[in-house]
Amino acid sequence: MSIDIDTARKVAKLARIRVEEAALPKLAEQLSGILGFMEQLNEVDVTGIEPMVSVTPMRLVRRADVVTDGNQQRAVLANAPDAREGFFAVPKVVE
Amino acid sequence: MNANTWTIAAARDALRKGEISAVDLTMSCLTAIDAGDALNAFVHKTPELALAQARAADLRIAGGDAPDMCGIPVGIKDVFCTKGVPSQAASHILKGFVPEYESTVTAKLFGAGAVMLGKLNMDEFAMGSSTESSCYGPAVNPWKVDDVLRTPGGSSGGSAAAVAADLCLAATGTDTGGSIRQPAAFTGTVGIKPTYGRVSRWGIIAYASSLDQAGPMTKSVRDAAIFLAAMAGHDPKDSTSANMAVPDFEAALTGDIRGKKIGIPREYRIEGIPAEIDALWTQGREMLRDAGAEIVDISLPHAKYALPAYYVIAPAEASSNLARYDGVRYGHRASLAAGDGITEMYEKTRAEGFGPETQRRIMVGTYVLSAGFYDAYYNRARKVRALIKRDFEQAFAAGIEAILAPATPTSAFGLGEMDQATPVEVYLNDVFTVTANLAGLPGVAVPMGLDGKGLPIGLQLLGRPWDEAGLLNHAYVLERAAGFVAKPDKWW
Repeated sequence: MSIDIDTARKVAKLARIRVEEAALPKLAEQLSGILGFMEQLNEVDVTGIEPMVSVTPMRLVRRADVVTDGNQQRAVLANAPDAREGFFAVPKVVE
Repeated sequence: MNANTWTIAAARDALRKGEISAVDLTMSCLTAIDAGDALNAFVHKTPELALAQARAADLRIAGGDAPDMCGIPVGIKDVFCTKGVPSQAASHILKGFVPEYESTVTAKLFGAGAVMLGKLNMDEFAMGSSTESSCYGPAVNPWKVDDVLRTPGGSSGGSAAAVAADLCLAATGTDTGGSIRQPAAFTGTVGIKPTYGRVSRWGIIAYASSLDQAGPMTKSVRDAAIFLAAMAGHDPKDSTSANMAVPDFEAALTGDIRGKKIGIPREYRIEGIPAEIDALWTQGREMLRDAGAEIVDISLPHAKYALPAYYVIAPAEASSNLARYDGVRYGHRASLAAGDGITEMYEKTRAEGFGPETQRRIMVGTYVLSAGFYDAYYNRARKVRALIKRDFEQAFAAGIEAILAPATPTSAFGLGEMDQATPVEVYLNDVFTVTANLAGLPGVAVPMGLDGKGLPIGLQLLGRPWDEAGLLNHAYVLERAAGFVAKPDKWW
């Protein structure tokens, strides 16, 4: 599977990583190399095999539906690049 | 008295006998750390915290109720969240992040009285085999045999370098595709990746959640047993952590492996492996046989597909895990131009904050999970993973107790040596180690000797799920037979 420049641009967009136009050919080449390496997996007969979900077969543990934590506004916001009036602040989202 | 060179076991015994105080032991490590800056192993030093913990440990030891790790000075990989101490997984995107909480592993260690000396260098988000993707610059291997600076391996390269250079008695590492075992092999130290679920992942900055597992990096197999017991155990905050009792791993080190079946997987005999590593593998086999084990040739037919399966699954999980770095809640946010909206904020923040390899893995993961390719790549890789695990289950069902294999395809390579290599060529470093992560098995790297250049080389043992005790006992036999005692000449 070869990745062209348009696909590389689209993947970067989906991943929310800005990639300059000039860097796209190199990125496409590297992604193609990595995906080419994965093509080996097509040699394996996987008929009737279930995709593995977890290493140890186990049911996800449930707990009582009760509050176990909270009232941590200061701690939650302590590392925010921009926190104001008890909230995370971001550039305007709604036009 | 160079107490920084001691093993955990020796220090524990000396502390209990009152032959040294935890404060003096800690001071000897802090002195070694300050003299070891050329290794770039410790990236955040915490001497005040270390001395406060050491003083508390001395009181506890005097009180006579000290657990094994009480007063033992250790280094912590930068991937563990430590309350009030920078924790950034060697990434610019977490610059300035100071956790408000303590990871379960470090909380357990501190509860047992261990002393934290500081945070250790690593590859960014544990993605790499050399620590060259670290935002702090690479860690340097204390083993230096010519004018070349070599990598201590990765991703837990800072941990390996610090232990090998006696900057600490032991260190924590994490292993997603070999990140404990490969650096241990490159530095002549011991590293064990436990069974998936043995050690809580809570508070460890995630790379690939179905593969990540923390473990100890130490100077001896006995130390690995002592340290692992202090890290392991059920944690309700990690839903994949196993609710099982933690055995006394140290008590399992009997040295008796008579009648045990050791598997030698023929698929690990890959082309281009240096003759020295192949010869070492043969030697290891003979050592286990001399100790009374039965050597059995086995086949793991899907092992050759482990590397491509890993490089689908790990980036897929990484692309999801690393979506949280958006410049909103913690870490770096790019400065924005007039008119930039939230999408520009995300894109610029992530372009500035993530290094090239992290960006590549996020994008590979994004691609293999995207509509139209999910089945072809991600689901196929998960099916191959099931087959890889089944290979091991069949070997264990046939009575195999442990599997002996090389740890790495080479000894430590020079810093910068892989700069011109393609990403896939770099990924080949993990060829012997990723299978254990895919199958969730415990694996341990044991130092065995020096190659022709004078650099350490090691072997790897893989064990049955939850049988770290048996695995460590096999490693103990190898360690004693190999008698590896060499230390790097101090040049730093």
